[in-house]
Amino acid sequence: MKRPANPVTVLSAGVVVAAVVVAVGAGWLVPYGINDVDVPQALRPPSGAHWFGTDELGRDVLSRVLTGLQASMTVAVVSVVCAAVVGTALGVTAGYRGGWLDTVVMRVVDVMFAFPVLLLAMAIVAVLGPGLGTTIAAISIVYVPIFARVARASTLAVREEPYVAVSRTLGTGTAYIVARHVLPNITGPLIVQTSLSLAFAILSEAALSFLGLGIQPPQPSLGRMIFDSQGFVTLAWWMPVFPGVAIVVIVLACNLLGDGLRDVLDPKQRTMIEARRRS
Amino acid sequence: MTILRFLARRLLYSLVVLVGVLILVFALAHLVPGDPVRIALGTRYTPEAYDALRHASGLDRPLPAQFVSYLGHAATGNLGVSFRNGDPVAQVLAERLPATVSLAVVGIVLALVVALPAGIYAASHEGRLSDLIVRVTSQFGVSIPDFWLGILLISLFSTTLGWLPTSGYRPLFDDPAGWLRHVILPGLTVGLVAAAIMTRYVRSAVLEVSAMGYVRTARSKGLPPRVVTLRHVVRNALVPILTITGIQLATILGGVIVVEVVFAWPGLGRLVYLSVAARDYPVIQGAVLLIAVLFLAVNLVVDVLYALVDPRIRLS
Amino acid sequence: MSVLSVDNLAVRIGRRDIVRGVSLAVEPEQTLGIVGESGSGKSTTVLAATGLLDAPGAVVTGSSVLAGQQELVGAPARTLRRVHGGRIGFVFQDPGTSLNPLLTIERQITESLETHKHLTRRHAQARALELLEAVGLPDPQRRLRSYPHQLSGGQRQRVMIAIALACDPELLIADEPTTALDVTTQAQIIALVRELQREFGTAVVWISHDLGVIGEVADTVTVLRGGEAVEQAAVDAIFDAPETAYTRELLDARPVLGHPMREVPDTETLLDVSELDVRFSVSTPTGPMVVHAVKDVSFRIRRGTTLGLVGESGSGKSTVAAALTGLVEPDGGRATLDGTDLLTVKRRDRKAVRRRVGLVFQDSFSSLNPRIPVGVSIAEPMPARAPGRPARVRELLDSVELPADYATRYPHQLSGGERQRVNIARALAVQPELLILDEATASLDVSVQAKVLDLLTRLQQERGLTYLFIGHDLAVIERMSHDVLVLRGGESVEYRSAAELFAHPEHEYTRALLAAVPPARPGRATMA
Repeated sequence: MKRPANPVTVLSAGVVVAAVVVAVGAGWLVPYGINDVDVPQALRPPSGAHWFGTDELGRDVLSRVLTGLQASMTVAVVSVVCAAVVGTALGVTAGYRGGWLDTVVMRVVDVMFAFPVLLLAMAIVAVLGPGLGTTIAAISIVYVPIFARVARASTLAVREEPYVAVSRTLGTGTAYIVARHVLPNITGPLIVQTSLSLAFAILSEAALSFLGLGIQPPQPSLGRMIFDSQGFVTLAWWMPVFPGVAIVVIVLACNLLGDGLRDVLDPKQRTMIEARRRS
Repeated sequence: MTILRFLARRLLYSLVVLVGVLILVFALAHLVPGDPVRIALGTRYTPEAYDALRHASGLDRPLPAQFVSYLGHAATGNLGVSFRNGDPVAQVLAERLPATVSLAVVGIVLALVVALPAGIYAASHEGRLSDLIVRVTSQFGVSIPDFWLGILLISLFSTTLGWLPTSGYRPLFDDPAGWLRHVILPGLTVGLVAAAIMTRYVRSAVLEVSAMGYVRTARSKGLPPRVVTLRHVVRNALVPILTITGIQLATILGGVIVVEVVFAWPGLGRLVYLSVAARDYPVIQGAVLLIAVLFLAVNLVVDVLYALVDPRIRLS
Repeated sequence: MSVLSVDNLAVRIGRRDIVRGVSLAVEPEQTLGIVGESGSGKSTTVLAATGLLDAPGAVVTGSSVLAGQQELVGAPARTLRRVHGGRIGFVFQDPGTSLNPLLTIERQITESLETHKHLTRRHAQARALELLEAVGLPDPQRRLRSYPHQLSGGQRQRVMIAIALACDPELLIADEPTTALDVTTQAQIIALVRELQREFGTAVVWISHDLGVIGEVADTVTVLRGGEAVEQAAVDAIFDAPETAYTRELLDARPVLGHPMREVPDTETLLDVSELDVRFSVSTPTGPMVVHAVKDVSFRIRRGTTLGLVGESGSGKSTVAAALTGLVEPDGGRATLDGTDLLTVKRRDRKAVRRRVGLVFQDSFSSLNPRIPVGVSIAEPMPARAPGRPARVRELLDSVELPADYATRYPHQLSGGERQRVNIARALAVQPELLILDEATASLDVSVQAKVLDLLTRLQQERGLTYLFIGHDLAVIERMSHDVLVLRGGESVEYRSAAELFAHPEHEYTRALLAAVPPARPGRATMA
């Protein structure tokens, strides 16, 4: 089953890894302080001193973009991992056990699906107040349903496979079956979904920050930088462009990675079940 | 009569979800740490105003009673009163609804107009350069933050070229030409991103159908390629595409929030944004409820269409 | 002049030669049977010869001439479209997916007529009705307006034949048309095609992996193996005087009727099932529907013998197996294994009881976890870290005639027959008293099936195993069983010793099943 790796997928994986490295090491990479105000240097185009130019307060855009990227990645990774763990646990339990537990969990998931993602996140932030912590909490909660659905659909499919039936006829315990048969065979769609959710989580965080509900100033965030640039777009094109491009690049990389992984790990397209509503 | 039974089941299911939605929305206000009434009053706090507002919001009664009366009120259209300006929430929502609906409709129509031909074209040229171009473009589209796209479009078409207004809204029936001029940029913003998402789904649905046995049968009958594509492939792919369109429309209802903020579009999304900033919980609750109800309604309509189009459901 | 004359046809996909230099000919009003096991290239050959092959990157060389004047290999698409449907009709294997679910039956026939014969809609509809009558579809007027999902498999295949013959083609290509159908339905379709061929004078190419079917339908036969034509002769010659070893192997491997078990040991009853009743609900879009799968079925199996459980699809035979192994909860009846109740098992006894009954399924690949080596799968029922485990696994592999180093291989690295042997080894790991084989050899190639059946017989003789052998192939059942139970629609139709049942079947359904089995030799009828 060895096929040559798709170059696009490999490249995307590389970009994602690079983004993680930047996210971890942003503190050491930034050439200037993120809040070093330098008004005489305000609104300068990209140059040797400031690769991404300066904003309306003279702050170095590159430094702020790198730090903002760090914040975005942190939020996205932590949220998605939490959502994946909780969602998978719920989905596998519901899918394997079946019965009333399945019905209850799935109805709750359906209710959460009835709200657009951003709306639900905003509502949660409205309740808990804006900030980094609540952003992570909100995005985690909002992404649990999709993981639960993917995990459940995959579990159901594996449960129907003859090798699970044979195990049951041999009297094998549930723990062994779930650990040895179910979990290893559902990792494919889950990995794909993690990659795709990472992409959406970054977009969600950017949207929340844009609206002022996410990471709060003076901490830089890519979304807020774009918001702040609204008055200066024609004067200083670099102010909205660089943060936006940073978002596009990392989200695109995650999406391409997810697609590439899907071809290898999830040929039956279980992650597309988000388009099939029957749960 | 199986079609009625099918619809009855879907309706029942929607109602169950609706109840869950109501519980969740109701819980929103009561999960807030701190006292929402006091927070809303802020500097205008006086003991009398506090008591009055608290009583008006019904927050001084036990929880189950509050929920029941909330249900009763919601059913009759009484969703409380805005903390910000005292207007009835239902009225505020009703004022904002048309703007959001027109934006969402423009968005989904634009998305379909782009995604259907693009997806079908890409699927029928699978593996070739044109397919790759479509796929790469749609990948880009999915990766762009909608608010960023909006800002860029404004700076290009409004600020720089001056062809279109930067923001604002004209109601359709009062001023169609004005409505059109104002809806183009936000509509494009919403529509292009939705188009990118839908193109991928359309393409995959068409590919899936193309691999089905009956397409091979159609070819073996020597039918002209256009007939095979339209009558056999596309027609059958419309069933999953219909489902996706319904979901996409619902997603757009959420996506318009940010776009409305960027374009100062006076719809539900912008209302939610302003209300969250002002901690105006009754309005937040009402808007969230309305949007969820719209979502369920759209899905129910999709179910009806599904039942009409697919004979396997119409006839047992 | 041949209707289709294929000369040195070769198909190459990527770097693999799927078809290597095959030549064959189909004569007017005659049937050419193409027989081969899976992977022999039979479908690819015919699809390439008729210009219908749709594999990207496929290179087709050679010649395929229709009616002496139209070269099909490399012909332009427009020419091929005139030929497809107009001069060559096609019937494919799977009636379930070969018809468009959203179009009426009538529409699927008339679109062909409108394209090739340029009939108006009204004339096409009239002709469609004639065609449905010709293929023997009951109530054809109503069926015109029906949708595919409202018809049974056999009825859909009749519709496919009607579509294929709609424009009076010179040639009919039938690619495994009866493989997915029940034996009785298969017999009907074979008779139908024969009758239509006589009436319309169409030449037929019939592809099948089943030599028995080929023997019944063909005038000339081409045997394919690995993309090459191994032997080509008139059908009588193939059956009576095969020239190549491979053909002989295929003929010998074929289970045929007339070879019942000689001796039936007289031992005590091991499994006693009485009035087993199973119902379950199936969810449809319109709500759950109750299916009464097994209705008051009773039988016994004596220790060391085999009970053959025969039935077509929907007979409930697999549900019986599921009930006995605890996969499904029965709604009534009792089943005891040597006195122990199999149906109501207390939780703590579950493991011990379940291990007295082993189970082998039809799908050898899905019966094994693709991510663990087969040795681990076999050892699953053994307690972890037991010292003798690897030795025991080796022993089991040996007993199913597989080398010991297979223990570290993964399922996808084994062939179908080898995987099924692994499944048998795993079932034997717990030393069950009863082994249930649910269509265990139905998906295997004929030659492989013969070897696995030999293995099962040997194991039974050596170890005194008791089998519940479930299947639909009567010749296989006859070969393996001491007693036979015939199921139909969940009900027991006939239950007797194998020798008696095959010699003197009492129930008309049993007789119909036996009559539907393709004869051992073309031209000679089976025992009735």
